[in-house]
Amino acid sequence: MIYRSHVLVCGGTGCTSSKSMEIIKLMNELLRENNIENEVKVIHTGCFGLCEKGPIVVVYPEGATYSRVTLEDVKEIVEEHLVKGRIVKRLLLGDKDAEDVSKALEEVGFFKHQVRIALRNCGVINPENIEEYIARDGYRALGKVLTEMTPEQVIDVMKRSGLRGRGGAGFPTGLKWEFAAKAKGDQKYVCCNADEGDPGAFMDRSILEGDPHTVLEAMAIAGYAIGANQGYIYVRAEYPIAVNRLRVAIDQAREYGLLGKNIFGTDFSFDIDLRLGAGAFVCGEETALMTSIEGKRGEPRPRPPFPANKGLWQKPTILNNVETYANIPEIILKGPEWFASIGTEKSKGTKVFAVGGKIMNTGLVEIPMGTTIRQMIYDIGGGIPNGKKFKAVQTGGPSGGCIPAHLIDTPIDYDNLIALGSMMGSGGFIVMDEDTCMVDIAKFFLGFTVDESCGKCPPCRIGTKRMYEILDRITKGQGEDGDIEKLELLAKNISSSALCGLGQTAPNPILSTLRYFRDEYEAHIYEKRCPAGVCKELLRYVIDENKCKGCSLCARKCPVNAISGEVKKPYHIDAGKCIKCGACIESCKFGAISKMA
Amino acid sequence: MKSLAELEAIREKALKEINLRDNTGKTRVVVGMATCGIAAGARPVMNAFVDELNKRNVQNVNVTMTGCIGVCRLEPIAEVITADGVKTTYVKLDPEKARKIVVEHLINGRPVKEYTISEAE
Repeated sequence: MIYRSHVLVCGGTGCTSSKSMEIIKLMNELLRENNIENEVKVIHTGCFGLCEKGPIVVVYPEGATYSRVTLEDVKEIVEEHLVKGRIVKRLLLGDKDAEDVSKALEEVGFFKHQVRIALRNCGVINPENIEEYIARDGYRALGKVLTEMTPEQVIDVMKRSGLRGRGGAGFPTGLKWEFAAKAKGDQKYVCCNADEGDPGAFMDRSILEGDPHTVLEAMAIAGYAIGANQGYIYVRAEYPIAVNRLRVAIDQAREYGLLGKNIFGTDFSFDIDLRLGAGAFVCGEETALMTSIEGKRGEPRPRPPFPANKGLWQKPTILNNVETYANIPEIILKGPEWFASIGTEKSKGTKVFAVGGKIMNTGLVEIPMGTTIRQMIYDIGGGIPNGKKFKAVQTGGPSGGCIPAHLIDTPIDYDNLIALGSMMGSGGFIVMDEDTCMVDIAKFFLGFTVDESCGKCPPCRIGTKRMYEILDRITKGQGEDGDIEKLELLAKNISSSALCGLGQTAPNPILSTLRYFRDEYEAHIYEKRCPAGVCKELLRYVIDENKCKGCSLCARKCPVNAISGEVKKPYHIDAGKCIKCGACIESCKFGAISKMA
Repeated sequence: MKSLAELEAIREKALKEINLRDNTGKTRVVVGMATCGIAAGARPVMNAFVDELNKRNVQNVNVTMTGCIGVCRLEPIAEVITADGVKTTYVKLDPEKARKIVVEHLINGRPVKEYTISEAE
């Protein structure tokens, strides 16, 4: 069926939670009411990336992109744009008066600097329709590999492309495949790590939601390269939309004969099954993930033996991350030289980042490796809200670290981030402004690791807990001389003795904040002061006698009666009773109350 | 899936369906769809454009709508705008004329003079 217009509505998790499914339903009703249901087709897609401005609705062929569409706006879009052809300017993203609305969008900084390889189909196709994926060259790479290339040639292409694992450590993908291909075994497996767990990172979810077939295709290519006939996708049950779309995609791929026996008429057979994880962070670690697929408690085991030799059920196995797979069909079709021409010397291609925190354009962006932190924050991210100053960016999640403002011109790639004491990780990019306390941030990430430690090895189970206790004391004003040194010693010992990546990298948030913000730790410990004004126990609320008019409003608002005074004379706060809730600051009309660090 | 040719056949069919989401370097047919245009019969004209273009497998043309162009007495009106900005304005259209414009102008590159605004005036 050919339509004159397509309306693409974002069906990613972010937009779904702001009612994009209801928007689709209402729009279909209104199209019927206006008798144009045979002219206009409504399609749900994956994430467009600009989650901050969601729900996003794009009308083609004009390419008009509407942002923050509410149910109330749908009627106007249908009656004005779809019936009469008048673009609803007030909802447009970008220059509202542009002559050509689709060009206007390209000029929006958020999109202008992006290079979309892994996200190439997200927001462009209907993820639940295999034919739309095929229309965008889907499964052609698999066809090419099976009919024209030997497994050795596939591995050679992967090696020459320079693709490195996008899940964290950045191990060269081609090399990983070569080890597994050379390993002896009657049965081999291809696994996909979709156990995305870093706080704030959601690129894998978006790829699975927006373009699930690209992962299936790449896994089949990997299967051919190493000689495996079975794949498993380990995805967390907390991603219901992604799980559902994967199920639909696998069924469709089987129906079209793109999974199953004798694909493309060759003797290569490959199938994929899903395994749902319960959401333990440690199951993103490769050995723990495989143990969990086997139906056992998700705990890591020592390496070697590496999975390439003894992985799932003791058979040679490769495990790649979702985003890594999403690059592979394009590399096969466009060639390794094309891919290697993007990025920096040792980090090729692009990386998807989940940009969050104190930044205007929260969302998902894909940038060439080598883009600087400054470009990310100001050109793409739109800068820091409320005129605040940029202080640091946290990358790599709980295994990563904080990069301070003076290093803002650093080009982002694997090696630069490691050199700065952080890491690429899965691509979390959390921006912090001057109101962020770095000791508190380190405590937050360490708290996450303490919760998620599986408990198998003592350095991680006990060591991170001890570090957390020290940080907790420091933020409460009970820090002692020698605490910093204790933290450093513990960090060194945990890094060198923990069983798996989770424990080995757990001290990173502390080490990197100590490296760049040691003065903040010292202020907490020696001066009992939190320079950013975050740590509650170290704050004092005071009333400025010159500004206070003695209206008594704050005293009436205070839930613990800590404020007293005589009407029309300056009031006072009893620090002993004050619980630092902030109710008085909000109530004061004269700005007389402030927090003292 | 038995062969690359089979995949290619699905690709071509599917590409036709999603083709309108790509509007780079394409000729646009802009149909006036304000109250005046709709009353004069612009909707069947627009549908005829879409239908004929698809029947003849034309991939590099998108059909879009616009509001009132200003000469309501000449509706239904459609403008053909090429990628390099050359504009031809057709007036007093009906579905048959639209189909002819597709064949003559959009496929063979010869504007249908007798339907243009300069002829009508």
